[in-house]
Amino acid sequence: MYDSGKILTGLLIFALLVTFPVWYHLGRATPPPEPDLDTPVIAGLAEKECIESTEYMRAYHMELLKTWRDLAVRSGEKTYVARDGEKYPISLEDTCLKCHSNKSRFCDQCHNYLGVDPNCWNCHVAPEEGNR
Amino acid sequence: MSAPKPQELLKVSHRPPRTGWMDTPVEFRKGTWCYPGKPKSLEVLDLPFPRQWSPEDEDWKLPPNWKEIVLEGLRERLHRFRSLQIFMDACVRCGACADKCHFFIGSGDPKNMPVLRAELLRSVYRREFTTAGKLLGRMVGARDLDERVLKEWFYYFFQCTECRRCSVFCPFGIDTAEITIIARELLNLLGLNIDWIATPIANCYRTGNHLGLLPHAFKDMVDFCVDEIQNVTGVGIEPTFNRKGAEILFVAPSGDVFADPGIYTFMGYLMLFHAIGLDYTLSTYASEGGNFGLFTSHEVMKRLNAKIYAEAKRLGVKWIIGGECGHMWRVLHQYMDTMNGPADSLEEPVSPITGTKFENARSTRMVHICEFTADLIRHGKLKLDPSRNDHLVVTFHDSCNPSRAMGLLDEPRYIIRNVCRHFYDMPENTIREYTFCCGSGAGLGPDENLEMRLRGGLPRANAVKYVREKYGVNTLACICAIDRAALPPLMDYWVPGVGVAGVHELVGNALILPDEGERTTDLRGNPLPQPAGAGAGNGDPGGAGAAPRREA
Amino acid sequence: MGMGISLALTVALILVAWAGAAAGLQVVLGTVIPYLAGLTFLGGLIWRVVRWARAPVPFRIPTTCGQQKSLPWIRYAAVDNPATTLGVVARVALEVLLFRSLLRNSRFELREGPKLVYFWEKWLWVAGLAFHWSLFVILTRHLRFFTQPVPAFVGWLEGADGFFQVWLSALYLTDVVVLVAVTYLFLRRVLIPQVRYVSLPADYFPLFLIMGIAGSGVLMRYFFRVDVTAVKELALGLVTFRPVLPAGLSALFYVHLFLVSVLLVYFPFSKLVHMAGIFLSPTRNLANTNRERRHINPWNYPVKVHTYEEYEEEFRKHMIAAGIPVERAGPSAQVGIPAEKEGQ
Repeated sequence: MYDSGKILTGLLIFALLVTFPVWYHLGRATPPPEPDLDTPVIAGLAEKECIESTEYMRAYHMELLKTWRDLAVRSGEKTYVARDGEKYPISLEDTCLKCHSNKSRFCDQCHNYLGVDPNCWNCHVAPEEGNR
Repeated sequence: MSAPKPQELLKVSHRPPRTGWMDTPVEFRKGTWCYPGKPKSLEVLDLPFPRQWSPEDEDWKLPPNWKEIVLEGLRERLHRFRSLQIFMDACVRCGACADKCHFFIGSGDPKNMPVLRAELLRSVYRREFTTAGKLLGRMVGARDLDERVLKEWFYYFFQCTECRRCSVFCPFGIDTAEITIIARELLNLLGLNIDWIATPIANCYRTGNHLGLLPHAFKDMVDFCVDEIQNVTGVGIEPTFNRKGAEILFVAPSGDVFADPGIYTFMGYLMLFHAIGLDYTLSTYASEGGNFGLFTSHEVMKRLNAKIYAEAKRLGVKWIIGGECGHMWRVLHQYMDTMNGPADSLEEPVSPITGTKFENARSTRMVHICEFTADLIRHGKLKLDPSRNDHLVVTFHDSCNPSRAMGLLDEPRYIIRNVCRHFYDMPENTIREYTFCCGSGAGLGPDENLEMRLRGGLPRANAVKYVREKYGVNTLACICAIDRAALPPLMDYWVPGVGVAGVHELVGNALILPDEGERTTDLRGNPLPQPAGAGAGNGDPGGAGAAPRREA
Repeated sequence: MGMGISLALTVALILVAWAGAAAGLQVVLGTVIPYLAGLTFLGGLIWRVVRWARAPVPFRIPTTCGQQKSLPWIRYAAVDNPATTLGVVARVALEVLLFRSLLRNSRFELREGPKLVYFWEKWLWVAGLAFHWSLFVILTRHLRFFTQPVPAFVGWLEGADGFFQVWLSALYLTDVVVLVAVTYLFLRRVLIPQVRYVSLPADYFPLFLIMGIAGSGVLMRYFFRVDVTAVKELALGLVTFRPVLPAGLSALFYVHLFLVSVLLVYFPFSKLVHMAGIFLSPTRNLANTNRERRHINPWNYPVKVHTYEEYEEEFRKHMIAAGIPVERAGPSAQVGIPAEKEGQ
């Protein structure tokens, strides 16, 4: 007895499961996220640079935010010294969100792309958008 | 045969040796291997390369192209058995099987761990049939087939009783019995068999039974049982032989007509059939239910088994009842219909006494006598006096094959509880599907192998000892002819004072025949405990099921 | 010995990936090898199963682990000794999902007396189950890199797995469990003498490989962060057949990816095929209906048997003398049923 039918069915199911990411996207584009940097404040900057390098910010921004939280809330520290020696006030509103005032077109871009649901906004209020 | 004293035998270390298993050659130590098959026995079945040889010799007189023969045989079997391929490929060596083997428990030899027993064959499979094995050799557990490997195969595949206990625990269901069966097929391609198998199969082929009883001798043995029954009960029973037109053919293991204590079981069968007036016949041509072909090769199994259906057809019976035997039922249940069916000349079995249709045997048309008897008792068709077994405190040994290749567990217990009043099961991880082998199955029962049998039987005996000490058990009931031959010496050695009885011997004791006189002894001639006070009818099931969950 | 070789091999693989990333071989590590690995995995496993499937199951040989279905008034073990397809499905499902047989595991001790005692040995089952389920959950969680938009169930799974929040971000339970379990499996292989004795380099290697994969993954998630957007761009590029190599991915990431690729390639040619084998094991996936329905063996060839005629020919004299009926009373007698017939 061979049970070929059952085995082939099983193999088909297996192949479909393994290739799920392939056929899931058939006929569907998956453009990479494009976080929007076009806000009035950024536009007004002479040197368009975040407090740390872009590379660092992409990988570690959540760690930085955690560090800031600890510095501000637990140590009462108000100033952050960046790697290049530049000083910045530890403040979500006066530093981060001042430039990145466009949550939906900046933060959410990558977060949605990756299915990440950060818990920042559980406590903090997102700045209003649309007044560029 | 003399065996070391139990305390000597128990000096077992389960720590593996320092040398790796591939670098530890096999040692043929007296008492742990079986004599090789005699050439004239191999010749009866036209099996290849019959010759005089001995495992102790350096030269096994192998044919010059023996390696090709084995590898070609392996290739062929890989194509024939999906089981073999999967069991070769899927093992992860988790070791769950390691201490489930009675031979490992009793001997401490690491190659008796099922995983390593299988690796003996797997290593060659990898070398010859997998790319990884060809390229990477030992890294992936591959090694060349040479005479040392072959000798190891012979020693260890004739040190496996095909009991399947390991396969209950294997997460992938890898069945060492299947591997052993196929490995023995490969060995048989070179004429490497043991005589305790080779001679019985030759006998069975020619005379119809393993013992080589010629038709008249077989009849004599049965007549002896008939006389004994008359002595005990005063009832004359006249079984028939090779009678055409009987409704049922009854096939028992030939051990039951031949040797103590099997004959008492056989008397039980005869008395039962007499009590219910069954229209049945015995056959001298199909006078063997057992099948040592199973321990040789699928082909020999089929050649021997063919007689049962052929004889049933010739005699024109409607269906078949089979006696109490372990590996016999492995063959009847899992192989017979496929190999030698369909049983078109037969009808679907229906009990002529109760009208019960044995639907689970609809196709094979062969019913286990325990199923048949349990059904009779359930319908109140037997007059039983269980007090006649009051001198027996009984426990039940599940035979490997009915347990793990069939699931015949509650039928014999139901019978025992109705014919005995003192029944106690052994601890639960030693019974039912967890049952331990007698240590002598799969053809490993000869005297020259006594030490290994005693070692392998230790776990079973130890569980018996537990219920003996706790409940005073003095009788080990079983449904297997090999058990009836192997367990008495095992009990004498490890648990003196425990006798071995077939379930139908106990039935025979309790059964009230329609025309019987006053009984003063049981079937063995032992005086009955006291004049049977209890009346007829189904007995009170004794203290069954009272065994503790675990031995600790 | 086996352990050393496997450890050295795993370390070498890590170094190769590291050096490759440093030498600018991102195309090889991030595109060529993953494609080849994926293809080998899928093709290899299918090839393996097809090879198995081409051999028949000539006999129905279930290992029965409970009461058979026989008389209607005896309760049978519908799962452990199945008589129906449903029972078989349940049995295989329990094996696959819960490692039913491994749960039975026990351990013995031989004590003075002599006395054999048995203990329920559950830790292999616990660790095995924890190990495999963690790997499965982790694999499924990784779908967030391979799908856009991310299906809802991946989010749910992440939510459940990341129930414990440590340092404001989720600590995945499975990350911890898989590392603990793989360590246990490794230690028992080394520390139990019998298991060490049967272990091959091929047994240690996948353990080290998985340790390396889980370890590098954990490092990336909790210690040396990578730009996950870039990771996803690479992953999506692969599955949409528009491979890209985003800049800024660390060597650690390429080590992780390379080890996964090695595992995929290793899979179909090693004991890891037990994943497929468990479904096809004839002792588990067949119903114990042997006497109820005939199982067909496609190569059931005819064999030489000793016929009744041959038997009677040899023993006729004895049979007649003993009063056993024969087909032919003498060499020349006509065929017929003998007159004598013993009564009951």
